[in-house]
Amino acid sequence: MKPVSVRRSRNVPEITEKLRKITNDPTLSPAQKAHYLAVEAENMLPYPELDADVQEALDDRIICDMFEGHAPYKPRYVLPDYSIVLKNGSDYLELPVPQNLDEAINTLMIAYHHVPSVTGMPVYLGDLDNLLLPFCDGVSDDALRQKIRLFWRYLDRTLPDAFMHANIGPSDNRVARAILEIDAELGQVAPNLTFLYDPDTSTEDILRLATDNILKCSKPHIANHPVHKATFDDRGYGIVSCYNALPVAGGSSTLTRINLKAVAELSDSESHFLNEVLPRYMDMNFRLTETRISYLFDQSGFFDSFLVSEKWIDRDRFTAMYGIYAMAEAVNILQDKAALEGRYGFDDKANDLGLRISKMLSEAVEARPLKNAWQGRAMLHSQAGLSDDIEATPGIRIPYGTEPDPVSHVQALAPQHQYYPSGVSEILTIDETVKNNPEALYQLCKGALASGFREFTANVSSNDLVRVTGYMIRLSDVQKFNDQKGSRTNTTGLGAEAADLMGILDRKPRVVGHELSPGYT
Amino acid sequence: MNSPLATLNKILTCSFVDGPGNRLVLFFQGCNLACSACHNPYTIGICDHCGDCVPACDPGALTLQSNKVIFNPALCDQCDACLTICPISASPMTTQFSVDDILALIRIHKPFLGGITVSGGEATMQADFVKDLFTAIKSAPDLSDLTCFIDSNGMLDIAGWQNLLPVTDGVMLDIKAFAMDLQKELTGHDTSAAQNIARVLLKAGKLYEIRYLLIPGKTDNTAELDQLVAFIQSLGLDTKVRLNAFQHHGVRGLALDQDIMPKEGVDAVVELLADAGIHNVTTPAIYQ
Repeated sequence: MKPVSVRRSRNVPEITEKLRKITNDPTLSPAQKAHYLAVEAENMLPYPELDADVQEALDDRIICDMFEGHAPYKPRYVLPDYSIVLKNGSDYLELPVPQNLDEAINTLMIAYHHVPSVTGMPVYLGDLDNLLLPFCDGVSDDALRQKIRLFWRYLDRTLPDAFMHANIGPSDNRVARAILEIDAELGQVAPNLTFLYDPDTSTEDILRLATDNILKCSKPHIANHPVHKATFDDRGYGIVSCYNALPVAGGSSTLTRINLKAVAELSDSESHFLNEVLPRYMDMNFRLTETRISYLFDQSGFFDSFLVSEKWIDRDRFTAMYGIYAMAEAVNILQDKAALEGRYGFDDKANDLGLRISKMLSEAVEARPLKNAWQGRAMLHSQAGLSDDIEATPGIRIPYGTEPDPVSHVQALAPQHQYYPSGVSEILTIDETVKNNPEALYQLCKGALASGFREFTANVSSNDLVRVTGYMIRLSDVQKFNDQKGSRTNTTGLGAEAADLMGILDRKPRVVGHELSPGYT
Repeated sequence: MNSPLATLNKILTCSFVDGPGNRLVLFFQGCNLACSACHNPYTIGICDHCGDCVPACDPGALTLQSNKVIFNPALCDQCDACLTICPISASPMTTQFSVDDILALIRIHKPFLGGITVSGGEATMQADFVKDLFTAIKSAPDLSDLTCFIDSNGMLDIAGWQNLLPVTDGVMLDIKAFAMDLQKELTGHDTSAAQNIARVLLKAGKLYEIRYLLIPGKTDNTAELDQLVAFIQSLGLDTKVRLNAFQHHGVRGLALDQDIMPKEGVDAVVELLADAGIHNVTTPAIYQ
């Protein structure tokens, strides 16, 4: 079945009918309707001009723009340096310099509403402990917890998008501890949370708090701080959305991706794949990326924003995420073509083939200069999927339901992580017996990070809050949504779609999918 | 090192249920009890090479060579037909390992491990190997931070334990039952020595956990639970107690006619223990 073309010409009655359906959908809130109507309106514009080859590859979904929209008028991910507004206030927003914790949190709450992303909501809330610590002198622990509790409630209720990430760590401090405590207490979908772990800076104690939290609410993710730190520069990085590592005071203009399975299907052999077919589609994906970046930088006017003039962001600090997915299927197809039985994730030779592919991808991305990109290059990314990906495993993951035990899983994939500087979306499924043995999760986490995993993300199978791709859903919300009651949080719709299509909730425990559902379906 | 070889039924490189943290677990073949409720009964016997399993093996992983049953793991499709047909609750699918083999395996998994656990079967029936292995771990600079645990039925005699304990960090000890007739009914043996072993382990600071399997109508009656309470109290109120619930998974024969232990029943025992001041109690994470 040929996937739906993005440039399919739709006649007016068809569009009108869809707009009407959105407008009248009883499961959507007015704000959700407005968002989907805006997506449809943007996509009524012609796509930025692509050459015929790129257009065809895009139509065939061998390369993919994540359905980001026909007129990129905002970067996919924006990671402001919030310390600027906390230090300077904002002329544009008429905000004075905050003087105490209440004012600092209030300033951030206002700031978030002016930070766009592909979903229309902010994906980055800042390194909150470092941002708030200077305002905490004289604030008691009880008062701090209560302020965080209200802050967290506000975020979940007004910015209900589970791609939205707060970062804490690597130091062990009272704000980080209060956030971990409140996050477990509330068990909310939003915000998502990443703890940056550095064995030289973080205490074992706070890592234990973090891994204990995973048992309660499947959060936080644990990021391998030394590895990420070495990838970025002194201004630092943030973890957002589906474990994307991106420059702070910048972000990523776009995320495009290659369906490695589709490329493998077009190849006769490994060498044909690596030397001819994949390079051809990589080049096309670069051209797609360049076209989208060019529109954003040269036509959209985005960088005229106060975000730039007040230095929350810098136009030179936006990378382009260069995604790949369906590595497992690609490797298995190439193994079949070579009459080899070994499967990806289980067989050393198959895993080695996966590594050769990643190395080739990495070298090709490194070799290609890219205009209007941070450090002049794109960044390779193991992309977690869209809710309508069928029979294509996210990124470099092992296919759903077939994963080996978590240790074998990590050992099979750890050598891959060096090749994906902007992040690897990976979720380890942990069975419930670990609930009686939190130390085991702590050890798995340390083992995974020591083995080179950029991120440790785990789902324990009986939690109501689970990760579907990079975002959290409540299983009970999926049930409600499917019962036509609608959901307050935007990602539940994605989770419900992914759960139905991909059998996610049927899987052993659960592993992934990814990110963003493009529009109304 | 001229160590004996271990006869193992299985090795798990990732387990959350065999002691503190994530553990590599060696399941030894052979047990000196024959518990009707055993959830891995194929670890009880030692293969006597009768050959009954060979014709049952469709993929041809088992062959009889020079009156020995030979197992080829590469051909095995894990159908377990051989286990079903074995008349002595043994398994032909065992493998022999040296201490060095196990050390090499541990090193591969070291970054993820809190320690290793020997289980079974009954690991202490191969105590010489266990001692050599634990000694080697303790004396290897890159492994010495791993803890070495034994999961045991307590049937090893005191001298045997005194031999193992200097290189052992903790023991998970089964208490099967208290009434003598019930012990014999459940295990085929008098297991009361295990209670004394618990005190030996406690004194040595090596008693990690008492394990007690709740079987409806057997080990959950008032008399048994009263004795359990008194026994734990005699060890100390903070003794770690793990209540297991009898389920049908893995068991064979008449035990399948036995009712399974529901969560409600386990919770009632937890309450009883709590009323007696015993609070360090773990219950199953899942019932199935």
